[in-house]
Amino acid sequence: MNVNFFIPTLFAVVFAPLILGIINRTKAFFGGRCGQPLLQLYYDLFKLLRKGATYSKTTTYIFRLGPMVGLVCALLATTLVPFGSQRPFISFSGDILLFAYLLGLMRFFTVIAALDTGSSFEGMGAAREVHFSALAEVAFFLGLISLVKITSFASFSEIYSTSFANLWDMKSIEMILIGSSFLIVLLTENARIPVDDPNTHLELTMIHEVMVLDHSGPDFAFILYGSALKLWVLGSVFVQTFWPIRSGCVYLDVLFAFLSMIVLGVIIGIVESTMARLRLLRVPQLLVAGAALSTVALVLTMR
Amino acid sequence: MNLHSLSLRNSQSCSYKDVPVVSIEELKGTIVSCVQEGKRLLAFFAQSTGEKEMQLYAVLGNDKLGTLSLLSAKVENSYPSITDQCAQAHWFEREIAENWGISPKNHPWLKPIRFIPSYREGQDAWNRSKENILPCVGDYYQVQGEEIHEVAVGPVHAGVIEPGHFRFQCHGEWVYHLEISLGYQHRGIEKELKGGPTKRTLPYMETMAGDTSIGHSHAYLQMLESLANCQVSQRAQALRGIALELERLANHTGDLGALANDVGFLPTANYCGRIRGDFLNMSALLCGSRFGRNFLKPGGVAFDLEDSRIKEFQTKLENAKKDVTVAAELLLDSPSVLARFEDTGVVSKETARELGLVGVAARASGLSQDIRKDYPFGIFSSFSIPVAIYKKGDVFARAYVRWIEIQNSIAFIQSMLISMPKGKTQMPLSSLAPDKIVVSLTEGWRGEICHVAKTDEKGQFSWYKVCDPSFHNWMGLSMALRNQQISDFPLCNKSFNLSYCGHDL
Repeated sequence: MNVNFFIPTLFAVVFAPLILGIINRTKAFFGGRCGQPLLQLYYDLFKLLRKGATYSKTTTYIFRLGPMVGLVCALLATTLVPFGSQRPFISFSGDILLFAYLLGLMRFFTVIAALDTGSSFEGMGAAREVHFSALAEVAFFLGLISLVKITSFASFSEIYSTSFANLWDMKSIEMILIGSSFLIVLLTENARIPVDDPNTHLELTMIHEVMVLDHSGPDFAFILYGSALKLWVLGSVFVQTFWPIRSGCVYLDVLFAFLSMIVLGVIIGIVESTMARLRLLRVPQLLVAGAALSTVALVLTMR
Repeated sequence: MNLHSLSLRNSQSCSYKDVPVVSIEELKGTIVSCVQEGKRLLAFFAQSTGEKEMQLYAVLGNDKLGTLSLLSAKVENSYPSITDQCAQAHWFEREIAENWGISPKNHPWLKPIRFIPSYREGQDAWNRSKENILPCVGDYYQVQGEEIHEVAVGPVHAGVIEPGHFRFQCHGEWVYHLEISLGYQHRGIEKELKGGPTKRTLPYMETMAGDTSIGHSHAYLQMLESLANCQVSQRAQALRGIALELERLANHTGDLGALANDVGFLPTANYCGRIRGDFLNMSALLCGSRFGRNFLKPGGVAFDLEDSRIKEFQTKLENAKKDVTVAAELLLDSPSVLARFEDTGVVSKETARELGLVGVAARASGLSQDIRKDYPFGIFSSFSIPVAIYKKGDVFARAYVRWIEIQNSIAFIQSMLISMPKGKTQMPLSSLAPDKIVVSLTEGWRGEICHVAKTDEKGQFSWYKVCDPSFHNWMGLSMALRNQQISDFPLCNKSFNLSYCGHDL
């Protein structure tokens, strides 16, 4: 068995928290601050893993299940996405659906774990999360369908195969549209500005953060790590689509992909540093715009 | 209608005998008609007469003429509520009911505002026993319906701020009503001030609302000086004015940063936090305390500003001005920020007037009221500052008014530093005149600060009443939230940035 198949998963597992460090450092740079250490999330994770967890009496096993299922889903998702031109561990026709629904399952368990607490805050966050991701899913799927239509493959590793870079010469408009749509999905799904503010301490405005307020200790570490993995996999889908650099050497491609991920972290940091968050009421409009971009791409592929 | 009221100026001491005592019906009639004419109810409170009867005092202000009218009426345990015809009285009447057990009959929403036992033993407006008084426990205004849900926030807040309880009646993301319940910060300051002034009085004033040290102590000291008939030198007045405006600058800058932070706009959020510190350090340069504590003293100020320090001050101010201009313009020119600020938390001019809002919140709704111009005090009697008004009444308006005031205050301090008046910094203060009553007003950074006090035959305070701007404005926040999204609450709240301890006293 070729150990290279584990490279995408290995990179995700090891480097996912680093991207958040890069985002934070970029934001700190724009704010004129030194910022937290690049590896802060790693420290946090180790700290949380050593702690005990507190459970409210009103919660059931669902509440404890949520973080674990979430982490497992995110880990499975990392085995589906290629990194650079390196094929992932699992690959079959239609794995893009499995990928989308693994993330869906992760969200579902985060949401019911939040509802399980019975807190009005968490209920509010859960309602917002499902509302927005239902719309984000449309944009994501239309983008994927366009990619399938362009490449006539339905598996990530086939879609992003070595010839993918050539698509940019022939179908650049479609690729730009799909890439932009994926960026909107990426920011929404990972609770970044302009959709959500990961730094806020105000429960009433939170979306994702408010749902995990009651989790503590290792559970919270699972959630943080799961979110970092989610950012990594969605980010690598975006990066593969937008900068499909293919040198011919697998290891060089992997290195390029890794550098692209760091650039992505910087870009997210710049977006967060230069614009305010959208009014909650406007978020669906942004997501519909994302869906519209994908739709236009799809229409263009039908020519 | 001024026939049966005592007309006086800001911090002018008058003989207590001249305060007219009218019937409660006439008091109500006067308040209602004066407010309809455009005057404002600055303070309305009860005090004990030592007998079974209680005395109600009302202070009305004519912003155009800069005159105050004072009148009073005697009541026992209840009287017809004024709120049904004059909404400005609603919070005052709740305070009266709570403090003295006097029930305003037909008050539309008679609830305690601080959840404290009555000052009169065994006389409670709700017949509660002392042990049963728990903060914020009681009925809340409720909206009924299938899909209505109630969200309770506080008293412990996510940020490191003061405690207060908020109840939202929501339909999905929409807020139909917000009820605010305070009282956690009650320390009983007004009770302690009785029998003063003592050594503790000034520190009490400075910590009444910790971010308004200069505002409150200025109001107290100008009252004291009026009672002792002490003329404070122009130089001391100028230094007091500089301290007051520095307090405004620091807080307004901090608020702009906090507003930016609440919409996730990092550049201004980060820079304003630092620039606020620069302004606080200028206060420290002035007197050694970043919050201006121990600077204002009876008869003047504790420290002078020598020429060498004026130079240093000017350089620091010039630098801070450059920085704050960049930060504020970046904030107010960014489309993504404007999309959040505009049309969020609108308080119409009519609502603002009816509720009697004061300060930044009132000016942002288009009401031209500023104590520095309407009832000039201290240095502002000889040096006027333009009133910053914006008409829209939304979060943007409140941010924009703050930005204009920052510019005005910097310009004021700069011109003061160029031509500092000469004179001694502190004058000796004689004992206070007996049997006098004074209304003292200042414009703190949040808005109008009103202190009313009466001296007894020995020249000590027989009572001392404080009305912080937050007391007027909390209901404004409630109104701003109507038909808004609940996720915009933190933003609206920050745009008012009211004091909990200033309200709770």
